[in-house]
Amino acid sequence: MKSMMEEEREERRDYLIGLAAAILLTAVPFAAVAFGWFPRGVDYAIIAVAGVLQIVCQFRYFLHIDLSRSKRDDLQLILFSGLICLLMVGGTIWIIFNQYAQM
Amino acid sequence: MSSIDKKHPGLNLGRSDPGAHQDAEEIVFGFWVFLMSDLVLFALLFATFATMIGRTADGPGPQEFFDLKSVAIESALLLISSFTFGYASLAMKYRPEPMKVVRWLGVTLLLGIGFLGFEVHDFVTMAGKGGTPQTSGFLSAFFALVPTHGLHVFAGCIWIVVMIVQTLAYGLARDVKLRILRLGLFWHFLDIVWIAIISVVYLRALA
Repeated sequence: MKSMMEEEREERRDYLIGLAAAILLTAVPFAAVAFGWFPRGVDYAIIAVAGVLQIVCQFRYFLHIDLSRSKRDDLQLILFSGLICLLMVGGTIWIIFNQYAQM
Repeated sequence: MSSIDKKHPGLNLGRSDPGAHQDAEEIVFGFWVFLMSDLVLFALLFATFATMIGRTADGPGPQEFFDLKSVAIESALLLISSFTFGYASLAMKYRPEPMKVVRWLGVTLLLGIGFLGFEVHDFVTMAGKGGTPQTSGFLSAFFALVPTHGLHVFAGCIWIVVMIVQTLAYGLARDVKLRILRLGLFWHFLDIVWIAIISVVYLRALA
């Protein structure tokens, strides 16, 4: 059994890791866009990768969701909501752009 | 028994307050279900925005309106506020003094208000340049998506004020702790939505 002090230290460390990740993963895409070091396609890739990584980091370090067993199936709910979002967003974009192409 | 007994998303009270931890399982999960439904709302606003990219009706586009420096400041304020909220949660879990929690919540509140101040300033500047929702499909979708997030942050700020008052009035009672746990989820969630907004709306347009 971990002592409360150990538990506190670990949780504090989680928030600090989260903050560091957030700063890094925000600063990189902003810098790429602000200074225009790369062609636009590379910028898009940097923005997408940094954005997804940052969302994963925030779920992990701020919302404390990980792959360990959870009584309440929180991760499954996230994955299901993610699926719903993907279907609706993907479907909307697919259909609207299909319509647009046919007009 | 090496890992913490986790019952719900966010910081778990665990052994620091077993009674509240027991109650939290159901209450926090219920709030998490609400947050996921809120996520669907934002997803659809993002979908609408995605279909309206470039539909500026020959009017001004994102290049004319978006100010990268202002968005960077807003992002910094909101990201740091998520971190300071984490420290409020830690203080609530491990420190019996309510004033520590109140101080961290106060810092978070100031950062949230600062974020809203910059955001409102951005919107006013846009409106001054003719960027109003009725100008084009692009701007309609923009003003449906981004201010909805701002409105959530505003609601979160009111909620923080309420929790500061409750903490001062009742101390760290069980109900107060459970409410701060839920507020924490809400606040971190808004941070995640903001990441999506800066990526999809601002950075993509200015790249």
